[in-house]
Amino acid sequence: MPHINLSNDYPGIRSLFVYRPETAKPLNGLVQVLLHDPHPTLSAGERELIATYVSNLNTCYYCTNIHGAIARHQLGNDAGTVKQVLADANTAPISNKLKSLLKIAAKVQSGGKNVTEDDVMTARAEGATDIEIHDTVLIAAAFCMYNRYVDGLATWQPHNDELYDKMGEQRAREGYGTPPVKVSEMELTQTT
Amino acid sequence: MAHIKLNNEELPGIRGLLDFRPETAKPLLALAETLLRGPSGLTSGEREIIAASVSYWNQCHFCHTSHAAAAAAHLQTGLNLIDDIKAGLPNTPVSDKLRALLNVAHQVQKGGKNVTDEDIAAAREAGATDQEIHDTVLIAAAFCMFNRYVDGLGTWAPQPNEAYKEMGERMAFVGYGK
Repeated sequence: MPHINLSNDYPGIRSLFVYRPETAKPLNGLVQVLLHDPHPTLSAGERELIATYVSNLNTCYYCTNIHGAIARHQLGNDAGTVKQVLADANTAPISNKLKSLLKIAAKVQSGGKNVTEDDVMTARAEGATDIEIHDTVLIAAAFCMYNRYVDGLATWQPHNDELYDKMGEQRAREGYGTPPVKVSEMELTQTT
Repeated sequence: MAHIKLNNEELPGIRGLLDFRPETAKPLLALAETLLRGPSGLTSGEREIIAASVSYWNQCHFCHTSHAAAAAAHLQTGLNLIDDIKAGLPNTPVSDKLRALLNVAHQVQKGGKNVTDEDIAAAREAGATDQEIHDTVLIAAAFCMFNRYVDGLGTWAPQPNEAYKEMGERMAFVGYGK
């Protein structure tokens, strides 16, 4: 049960957005720019993989599963890549550049000062630009916020793959600004 | 020197990063403005103390000192508040409610799952409302982002407390992104 009375039945961060619209606006604006809006070089799928990877390091069930589902839809319904990145990013079928950016993201997750000049030089040697390094650090940092927000208030995080798949498909298509569908109005074969 | 080539190397801490990437600066500044200066049951001074404390626990010198200076400006305490926050506020009159919320913030800083029913019950007992608990958790979480952003890109920061006086006053009375 959530730590505070949210008075709604939405899962994860969506319940907090409905509870406090004033803070929802910049939080949604940030994730839209970081993950969905057009980017000079990183695809939405690559950026969603960084968000999923960091959420998994922070063991946030809701964020890992929703962003994993969005990443899968952004990557052409490729579930294998998401699973392999979470299991072992080093052997996953992703570019060496993205591997080096995930390494920076993991350092940020454990603490900003842990990012070394070597980490940044390695990413540069794999072709990462300054904007890509900047955005990787900020995505990783932002998910250290979103994950703590979702878990720190003990939001409802249903264990139902179908639910995340439907929500993920909507976000991959529409971005973050559109209203969420109520869980009770989704056509689910598994009950939550 | 920062890990990336900023447009203006003279701007310290997050300011050089906001200048480098205006697209992300906009929602980041709107978030800080809403969290620290928007409507809330907590005063801006109390919220800046939460922000500065979390930044200290994350060892982010720029964020700690600048937000502590903003708290000092709101509360008219003088810059001694900056060091008092590091010590856990032994010399500042602070309500039991704020102390209980600072405990919740400290748990969030360590990890979201660290917040227990007992931490929340203690904050309620001291008079915190649901919205104040919400705002505390989100401020603490947001500074786990801002701190990692500032340190993760290796930005520079002025050392002495006095260097943050005017910055703190501007953050307190003019606001974020204005």
